[in-house]
Amino acid sequence: MQPTLFSTQQWTVSKLTFYIRKLLEENEVLQDVWVQGEISNLSRPASGHVYFTLKDASAALKCVMWKTSAARLGIALQDGMEVEVHGRIGVYEVSGQYQLYADQIRPVGEGALYQEFMRLKAMLEAEGLFAPERKRPIPMFPQTIGIVTSATGAALRDMLNTLRRRLPLVQVILAPAPVQGVEAPPALAKAIQSLNLQSPDVILLARGGGSIEDLWAFNDERVVRAVAASRAPVICGVGHETDFTLCDFAADVRAPTPTAAAELATQITLLDLRAGLQNYRTRLLTTTLNLLAELKNSLASLASQLRYVSPDRRIQSERQRVDELARRAHASLFHRIQLQSMHVKGMERRLASLNPLAVLARGYAVVTRKDDGSVVARVKQASDEMKVRVSDGEFEVRKSKK
Amino acid sequence: MPKQSSKKTEKSAEELTYEEALAELEEIVSALEGEQNQLEEAIKLFERGQALAARCSVLLEAAELKVRQVAGDEVIPFEELSE
Repeated sequence: MQPTLFSTQQWTVSKLTFYIRKLLEENEVLQDVWVQGEISNLSRPASGHVYFTLKDASAALKCVMWKTSAARLGIALQDGMEVEVHGRIGVYEVSGQYQLYADQIRPVGEGALYQEFMRLKAMLEAEGLFAPERKRPIPMFPQTIGIVTSATGAALRDMLNTLRRRLPLVQVILAPAPVQGVEAPPALAKAIQSLNLQSPDVILLARGGGSIEDLWAFNDERVVRAVAASRAPVICGVGHETDFTLCDFAADVRAPTPTAAAELATQITLLDLRAGLQNYRTRLLTTTLNLLAELKNSLASLASQLRYVSPDRRIQSERQRVDELARRAHASLFHRIQLQSMHVKGMERRLASLNPLAVLARGYAVVTRKDDGSVVARVKQASDEMKVRVSDGEFEVRKSKK
Repeated sequence: MPKQSSKKTEKSAEELTYEEALAELEEIVSALEGEQNQLEEAIKLFERGQALAARCSVLLEAAELKVRQVAGDEVIPFEELSE
């Protein structure tokens, strides 16, 4: 085929490489692949990133693993090691190279475990063991916390320290069980069951970090079923942040680590309780003080009402009334006295006009006996010595012979 | 409203667990806040509330994590390995 001399599309190396890159990176299959092969040309420069080539009998694939992913690797990589690598295909434009950007590496054989994991997960999921509506809330303020873990592991120490620090009021019941090895799954399942007989408010199922084989007991069907059947809600804290086990799916809450599981079980801490108690104390005091103030107020208002209706006030007003009456009584008495005295004067005048002595002025006289003072109105009443009263005085007379 | 004192046989605050004391304290605070109380009754509630709060506080500060373990059908004390 002849090259088209006058192409409508003018490619540069950059444009073409970018175009290839887009083609590869938009392909969904190439963005999520597990590739099996042998490690060669392993190099680990100071940057911490890991570079190697994955090869089999007839082909090779450049691989890069960034420092952050490399730090989480559970295995030590070596040239010649047969592994399965997970990652996405990308293009490093500077050298025009396509390569695998790896994020996980596992020894060959773990693939079988993974298959088993996926099979069991799908089966239990279909049974509804992982259904969100099965998840129960964790009590805010548990009194008894059950723990299923190894009696000698660091996980137990971490959880007890966390509980001690956050909520030392709780009682812990430990159901110890081996957390790895063939005896672990039945022992863990049994521990969950016998712990439920003690009716704890919540159960922590935990184990410290380890390889995927170390954590495998927590993918065992017996243990997962025991978690799902537990009457007490279960918080599962197995391994590290990035480890997921089937128990995590079956549990009511998944915690990234044992310590986090203990934290999730104690949502209310000693600090919260102290603050709550202080709040109650304050309310107790304020309401009581308010009540006292209220009572004092109503007492004061009653007292002033009492003063208003006090007999004192009546007495004062009665006193005023008495004064008033007295004044009126005095006035009317005075009036009567005046009337009376006018009357008396009139009588005096009339009396004066009737005075028998007034006749004397007209020349009459009154004769009285000197001895007994009786009036001599008839002759035979006359005595030897008599008094004669005239208008301006009196004189004595002697009876002459008759 | 003397229902508080007649409702329960009043245990001394020192005999109560944290949960009991806290529950009664809660009740007393809302009784004080909610109802018109006689002075005498209110003072009684207040004093009881203070005793309960003190009890809670003592229990909080003195609390030590109790750890036991299941052994067969029994629950026995658990001795932590100390290092």
